[in-house]
Amino acid sequence: MKNIIIIGNGIAGVTAARHIRKRSNHRITIISSETTHFFSRTALMYIYMGHMDYKNTKPYEDWFWKKNRIDLIQDFVEKVDVVEKKLYLTGKGKLSYDTLIIAAGSKSNKFGWPGQDYKGVQGLYSYPDLLEMEENTKGIERAVIVGGGLIGVEMAEMLRSRKIEVTFLIREDSFWSNVLPSQEAQMISRHIREHHVDLREGTELQDILGDNQGRVRGVVTKQGEQIECQFVGLTVGVSPNIGFLKSSGIDTQRGVLVNEYLQTNVKDVYALGDCVERTYDLPGRRNIEQVWYTGRMMGEVVAQTICGTPTPYEPGPWFNSAKFFDIEYQTYGNVWNELKSNEEEFYWEHHSGKKAIHFVWDKGSHQFLGLNVFGIRLRHELFDKWLREKRPIQFVIENLHEANFDPEFFDRHETEIITAIDLAKPELKIKSTLKS
Amino acid sequence: MKVLRSIGLVLFLFSFGLFLSLFFMSEYKLTKEIFVEKIKKQHQESLEPTMQELFDKPYSTSYSFAQAVSNSISRVNEQFRNAQQWDSVIYDDYTSSLTKASTSGWVVDNTGLLFFLVFGVGLIGAMLFILPKASLETAGIKNDGIFHNVLNNRGWIGILIGTLLIGFYVLIYFYDAYIMNWIILVEPLKKWIYPQGESSQWFLYGFLYTFAVLVMGVRMILKYRHSKYQIIRTLSVMFFQLAFAFLIPEILVRLNQPYFDFKNMWPLDYDFFDAWHINMLTSAGGLGIFMFVWGITLFVVGVPVFVYFFGKRWYCSWVCGCGGLAETAGDPFRHLSDKSLKAWKIERWLVHAVLVFAVIMTGAVLYNFISGTSSIFGFDTYTYLRKPYGFMIGSIFSGVVGTGFYPLMGNRVWCRFGCPLAAYLGFVQRFKSRFRITTNGGQCISCGNCSTYCEMGIDVRWYAQRGQNIIRSSCVGCGVCSSVCPRGVLNLEVKDEKGRFGQPVLAGNNHVQQG
Repeated sequence: MKNIIIIGNGIAGVTAARHIRKRSNHRITIISSETTHFFSRTALMYIYMGHMDYKNTKPYEDWFWKKNRIDLIQDFVEKVDVVEKKLYLTGKGKLSYDTLIIAAGSKSNKFGWPGQDYKGVQGLYSYPDLLEMEENTKGIERAVIVGGGLIGVEMAEMLRSRKIEVTFLIREDSFWSNVLPSQEAQMISRHIREHHVDLREGTELQDILGDNQGRVRGVVTKQGEQIECQFVGLTVGVSPNIGFLKSSGIDTQRGVLVNEYLQTNVKDVYALGDCVERTYDLPGRRNIEQVWYTGRMMGEVVAQTICGTPTPYEPGPWFNSAKFFDIEYQTYGNVWNELKSNEEEFYWEHHSGKKAIHFVWDKGSHQFLGLNVFGIRLRHELFDKWLREKRPIQFVIENLHEANFDPEFFDRHETEIITAIDLAKPELKIKSTLKS
Repeated sequence: MKVLRSIGLVLFLFSFGLFLSLFFMSEYKLTKEIFVEKIKKQHQESLEPTMQELFDKPYSTSYSFAQAVSNSISRVNEQFRNAQQWDSVIYDDYTSSLTKASTSGWVVDNTGLLFFLVFGVGLIGAMLFILPKASLETAGIKNDGIFHNVLNNRGWIGILIGTLLIGFYVLIYFYDAYIMNWIILVEPLKKWIYPQGESSQWFLYGFLYTFAVLVMGVRMILKYRHSKYQIIRTLSVMFFQLAFAFLIPEILVRLNQPYFDFKNMWPLDYDFFDAWHINMLTSAGGLGIFMFVWGITLFVVGVPVFVYFFGKRWYCSWVCGCGGLAETAGDPFRHLSDKSLKAWKIERWLVHAVLVFAVIMTGAVLYNFISGTSSIFGFDTYTYLRKPYGFMIGSIFSGVVGTGFYPLMGNRVWCRFGCPLAAYLGFVQRFKSRFRITTNGGQCISCGNCSTYCEMGIDVRWYAQRGQNIIRSSCVGCGVCSSVCPRGVLNLEVKDEKGRFGQPVLAGNNHVQQG
């Protein structure tokens, strides 16, 4: 029986713990300084918006951990000693381990802007961040958000739910355009404006201004415009939370370096989730992936490895999802923000401007490479299968109706989409059973 | 638009306040004429000596008047009991008929105007409050502030409304004489539908119930206007409440046919097999016989067949009256249901115990009906089974607790913990149905919106995050879990039974042994 300690009680660490417990009798301890129990980080916004209470975001009831013999410690790991196999905690002193799993997550980026430490300036990643945001936004009128990614648009939605005026500064020329192709980026930008957010494309932060109590009172953009505000949300990405590993002997660059078995350079030390940087390449994937699903999948495989079935981390085709105010987004396979030279695309947008679908395939072989879909739900399982089977684009289009996952009675758009793509790309010779 | 909403709220509060204050707005005076008209001949002689004291004496509240009436009847009965004249004891309830006939004053003289001021102005106010939301907010899930709200989240307004509702149910079921002014208020409507009829607490209840379902149904449709499933479903419960539960039975009575709700069925309709009910139907000619056969066919054939093809939702969240109220007026409270494993355990014991109770009670009643007896194994059926069932389950559980506790325990307390029909539908749904809620590959982010807004207290997320179909006997198929899911993970589906109870699968990861 091994004594396994997991640092971090997010989705990666908790998935590892649950799967180790399913497969073994090892002693499992999870340490987190953030909260006593596992909660869903992705649901933080809903607590602020009053859709849920903190307790609703806990995926397992509190008795679950004791019943499954998973010990929980709320404490902060200051230092890891890999020679003695000991952890040094702020409160509880030293703890020994046989196997260590580092799943310490991320922290919000701050790029050294003048004034970034004023009160009322913050990122949003953790539960304490949420409490701070609650405090910082009490009774305020205007906020500025810097950085056009997923956390930025979530923060805009959160603030708008409390009728706070929001100015949203993004460096790019439309929202999330380092990930979304321009058609989608523009559609989402329009939707963000529809929610009365003052979206400023191509605008960067120059300076954050404070008052003499050390509270933020405004920002200055690189164009020299001054915007009054009582809150600044810095949502310019996150980076691996690895400060406590400094001089531990565990190799890190931007994140903790791991091989395909999620092992670090030190024996019996593994790392998972947001905080890792893979040393091996996976086609079409970045080496640091701060996504819920990758954290979960790493937890699944590391549990198998630790319990005697060494399993490489090899996720299947890429998938992800999000929601931008009212518009749901799903993606399967790879759709880059700019079309690659071997790729061809087709984009369809519904006249409402709230539904869209964007297919990408290989020019030569016609192999389907991926799609983005907005306002329509599609089946993950089918796309996972079609991508693995390297199906041609024609097959995907012709069978699109099978992949629909919208509720009963919803408007269906397959015929419209097929007609449009047939018109735009007659060379594909799409056979449509729907048209006849 | 915001101004319109404020005006609407003021108008609605005005009409609601007027409705409550009607309570105190009449005078009650018993006269000899009323006495002679309302009291049966054989009781007049024994009652008159004591009741005389009340003649021409004005009372300012229904409470004091009804008390005085029931006291005088008790006094007479006490004398009979002391004299061991058991046959003379009066069991007729004269309190409400005397109170109604003795009510006079502003309310009685102005029912038409008051009806408009309460329900007309109330309706206008509610619509002014509800409709402008469509232009203030984009379509989509807008649960903003629900957990900060004093109405929705067991704050003082929630507790106040819960208390009012509980009080209302207690009065309707047990003390109708006290709310005579409300009963009189809906008299014009009753007369319009059925000129020879008289309004009663049950007519008042049916009207208020329908009013609530229709008004709050409009709110529900607006709130979920991005979802055709929710729109059509809500229209369905509104239609069945208005037509099947309220209008058709009233019209049947006007046509001299038995009062019958064609969508209600045993065991929810627990007096269906009462001797008086069977006799009423079977002696009412062809239509009566049809009603009797229809009522039996509905639960013998209708339930298994429809649940097999659509799931229990065809009844619970599309047709049923209790479901109709829960899905409309109850929607603001759906998140208050308890999601814990413990609550699920209590639910399974309780709801199945009620079903067993209903079956035993009905069995005994039917046995008595067929054999012409009144007891079973030496126990009087009415005293030991039928009456306790009607009181504890029919009144207290389904009404006082079931609806009164909306703002405290969520909108499906009765359906989840008490309804024997839901238990029966649930059995079929669990074991023989094409219905299930499917999860979308590996897309769940465990956020918890689905579980939070499940009115039946199902921990939907527990299934979704492990990629497992949700097949629960209690699921009423309202579809709100699917509506509130931000990642498009949940879908209500009917398809081949094969694979319904499949292994949990989270798509997207190679080399992982599922299970």
